[in-house]
Amino acid sequence: MSRKFLTVSLVVLLAMMLAACPAPTEVEVPQRSVSMAVLWAGEELEALLTTLAPFEQRTGIDVVVETVGREMPVVLLTRVLAGIPPDVAAIPNPGQMREFAEMGDLVSLNGIVDLVDHPKAFLDLATVDGHIYGLFLSADLKSLVWYSPKAFAAAGYEIPTTWDELIALSEQIVADGKTPWALGMESGGATGWVGTDWIEDIMLRTAGPELYDKWVNHEIPWTHPAVKKAWEHFGQIVLREDFVDGGTVGALTIPFSESPNALFTDPPRAYMHRQATFIQHFILEANPDLVPGEDFSFFVFPPISPEHGTPLLGAGDLISAFRDTPEVRELLNYLASAEAQGIWVGELGKLAVNRNVDPAVYPDPLTAKAAGLLAGAEVFRFDASDLMPAAVGAGTFWSGVVDYVGGTPLDTVLQTIEASAIDAYGR
Amino acid sequence: MMDKLASKLSRGLLHIVIIILAVAWMLPTVGLLITSFRPPAEVAHSGWWAVFEHPFSFAQYTVENYVTVIGKVGMGRAFLNSLIISIPGTIIPVTIAAFAAYAFAWMKFPGRQFLFLLTVALLVVPLQMTFIPILRAFTQLGIVGTFPAIWLAHTGYGLPLAIYLLRNFIGGLPSELFDSASIDGASPLQSFFRIVLPLSVPAIASVVIFQFLWVWNDLLVALIYLGGTPDVVPVTLQVANLVGSRGQDWHLLTAAAFVSMALPLVVFFSLQRYFVRGILAGSVKG
Amino acid sequence: MRTGRVQPWLFIGPAVGLLVFFLVYPSIYTIFLSFFYGMGESFAGWANYVHVFTDRTTLTAFRNNALWVVVFTTFTVSFGLAFAVLLDRVRYEKIIKSIIFIPMAISMVGAATIWRFIYAFRPEGSPQVGLLNAIVTGFGGQPVGWLTEAPWLNNFLLIVVGIWMWTGFCMVVLSAAYKNIPRELMEAARIDGANEWQVFGKVTLPSLKPALAVVATTMVVFVLKIFDIVFVMTDGLFGTEVLANRMYKEMFLFMDFGRASTIAVILLLLIIPVMVFNIRQFREQEMLR
Repeated sequence: MSRKFLTVSLVVLLAMMLAACPAPTEVEVPQRSVSMAVLWAGEELEALLTTLAPFEQRTGIDVVVETVGREMPVVLLTRVLAGIPPDVAAIPNPGQMREFAEMGDLVSLNGIVDLVDHPKAFLDLATVDGHIYGLFLSADLKSLVWYSPKAFAAAGYEIPTTWDELIALSEQIVADGKTPWALGMESGGATGWVGTDWIEDIMLRTAGPELYDKWVNHEIPWTHPAVKKAWEHFGQIVLREDFVDGGTVGALTIPFSESPNALFTDPPRAYMHRQATFIQHFILEANPDLVPGEDFSFFVFPPISPEHGTPLLGAGDLISAFRDTPEVRELLNYLASAEAQGIWVGELGKLAVNRNVDPAVYPDPLTAKAAGLLAGAEVFRFDASDLMPAAVGAGTFWSGVVDYVGGTPLDTVLQTIEASAIDAYGR
Repeated sequence: MMDKLASKLSRGLLHIVIIILAVAWMLPTVGLLITSFRPPAEVAHSGWWAVFEHPFSFAQYTVENYVTVIGKVGMGRAFLNSLIISIPGTIIPVTIAAFAAYAFAWMKFPGRQFLFLLTVALLVVPLQMTFIPILRAFTQLGIVGTFPAIWLAHTGYGLPLAIYLLRNFIGGLPSELFDSASIDGASPLQSFFRIVLPLSVPAIASVVIFQFLWVWNDLLVALIYLGGTPDVVPVTLQVANLVGSRGQDWHLLTAAAFVSMALPLVVFFSLQRYFVRGILAGSVKG
Repeated sequence: MRTGRVQPWLFIGPAVGLLVFFLVYPSIYTIFLSFFYGMGESFAGWANYVHVFTDRTTLTAFRNNALWVVVFTTFTVSFGLAFAVLLDRVRYEKIIKSIIFIPMAISMVGAATIWRFIYAFRPEGSPQVGLLNAIVTGFGGQPVGWLTEAPWLNNFLLIVVGIWMWTGFCMVVLSAAYKNIPRELMEAARIDGANEWQVFGKVTLPSLKPALAVVATTMVVFVLKIFDIVFVMTDGLFGTEVLANRMYKEMFLFMDFGRASTIAVILLLLIIPVMVFNIRQFREQEMLR
């Protein structure tokens, strides 16, 4: 019995080895190709392949897309350090791009990629020591409050135009025996980013863009009164059990993707939801019968301090190169072009960065409206947590929000973040 | 009389305890199975037990999730890749471990205790810490992205547990067996093939299952040494790629979970009959 | 037995070679890195160790790892033992064994998904998609945020997921060992007038000792580096951080190899008692030959 077992195993083993070994050589057909690592999967991956198709057809360059999902940081860092990075990668955020750039691993795009049609704000975000190390494929606008025009009309609510009106409206909704906000923040390992977006949006409105930039660069401490003030404004909403669907426990445990569904129950469990443009995708997936613009819409997160107006907060999808080859150059130029960005945003309802993208590509009037807002923004700032060192931006800032909503005193939260920031920026 | 009644009662109690525990253990899996047959909108709006309100109204079930998962482009190739990774990734380490376990248990050589202790200690090394140095070495060897690279990796990572489990089993075999073999003039290699291997089939079968499960369900090791391009991705990665980076498509994930666990279960069921005599058969003397 | 000088090395050579390459060499590299800042930039002395033992999140991780080691090991081993012993007495043994084993075959993504549907929270008044809250509200209670109930409840609930997944391992190993105890031993005890509990205590347990030692060691070692359950379910938020998850974050997210390595080195040090215990077992087994 054992001998048979052994023989069979050995035969199977040999067969597998024979079957497997030729595979790697097969792949090495002499062809022009670029390897590209991305964290996109599912529909985003489909959209990327659609975007790349005309490029591959025209140039004959084979773009080998590798999806690594949530393991992106591990894969990228290990490969870079082992000296076998992908040619091109979608970098999770500008903060990480900066770290790779400072390690000397990224290719400077100056003079390689035509970025004249990209707004300066986005170029600046990807610039380290005078060199551009990344291009933005698309952007998301974050300063939006989603609502149901029908539910607002039925209850006789007006769109608020200042923070005080926003709070007054919230109080009114509570007085009517209902709940104003859907504010689910759960996002698996990334839980907390919904709250950091809120605080960043508020910070822009209460402290203004200059102080915001200083905060991002840790030129003011986390215990600074302006930072504390932004958190307290957020607390005025999130810490009020009667303001938020499910109270603070709901805020911490309801997945962000399901949170806006509370706006479309009958009767509505909540009336407002502050979230970026990409939430529309989730709303339509869970409620396929809704018509964008009619059943749901958005208004811009209102100003707080009049002198700072209505700045816009956003984020984007960043592409960087680890190798400089003619194929890489061609691919990057394509991804920066209006053609590629038009396909990409048309598929996904994101916002193009290239100015020449035809607004007609946007799949619906709401997305087109958001694109118009972004293009016309007087003050635009990038998601602060994406710009900070990861130990803060994807570390203590996120967990700090969770602690704050969970009941930890604000001063303790801010001191904890400050301690980690001193550490992280000091390096 | 009373004794009989008491024994009947305690048997009844035994059945009840076992069945309660089994039901508790099964509940999450049942939930997973039901969810995998529900349309996405219902998954988001009600719990899986809602189907029990009308268990036979078949309109509430759908096979669409399975169609999507199995029909995904490249799923067949991914299955093949998973097999190419898992079969050698199981056989090589278990074979090497069996030889080592035998030597640790029955041969005298300097440094034996130290080496065995080292093996135990290595059980705790977090794999993530090995990725960078090993990938660097693999790069110099030029084998990154090839199947032999991942077989080697799974062999290295699986060895400590396999050696540990097998040594304890083989070490517990009765020494008389080896004494008589020795008198008959058998070499260590002969006693390994004639005595150790046949007697260790149950132990080897269990180790094979655990190693196979671990390799089959692995995602990270494959991603590091093999990469995520379509010609090499295993099922686990293909499944993870079903869902967008921010998406939470539970209906697909649940169906995928069943698709990907089918083969490991077949392995378990087919090896289950070897468990009659156990992994630590000889250890009764301890 | 007749063994030459070279022969043992032919048997263990391949294993030792692979272990040295895949685990010993990276461990030495790790120890080295733990004395440097960041990605090996400058010598740090003991600074990383000081940080690890003073940082609040890492201290929470130490507490949680201790909790995991005690609770997880106790329950997986006891449940595994109970199933091994009890199932031997019923005819439907194979079915139940398969049921207990199935969770081991489910991928972590699948397991995380289904446990979300057990612990999920929805506001009062809306339909509960989590089983626990459906039961609680069914009895007229308020829904509970199970995974945010720090520090005890949520950690225990994560450990429950681990117990559910790993009891199958303990059961398979212990059941095999149990089936190997000569039935005559138990019968003899019964004839001597011992009741079932006494048979269990005097015959079964001592006979299972080596198997229990193996299972307990494997569970302790495994749980010291517990990672994936926490990584996919809470990622260490709400006071559920564990050492391996902390290490992962320091390493790949924050790119601080020094601190990540320090945590790995501490894991290696924590295993020393387990090694001492095992070397005793090892010697005991050989003494009895």
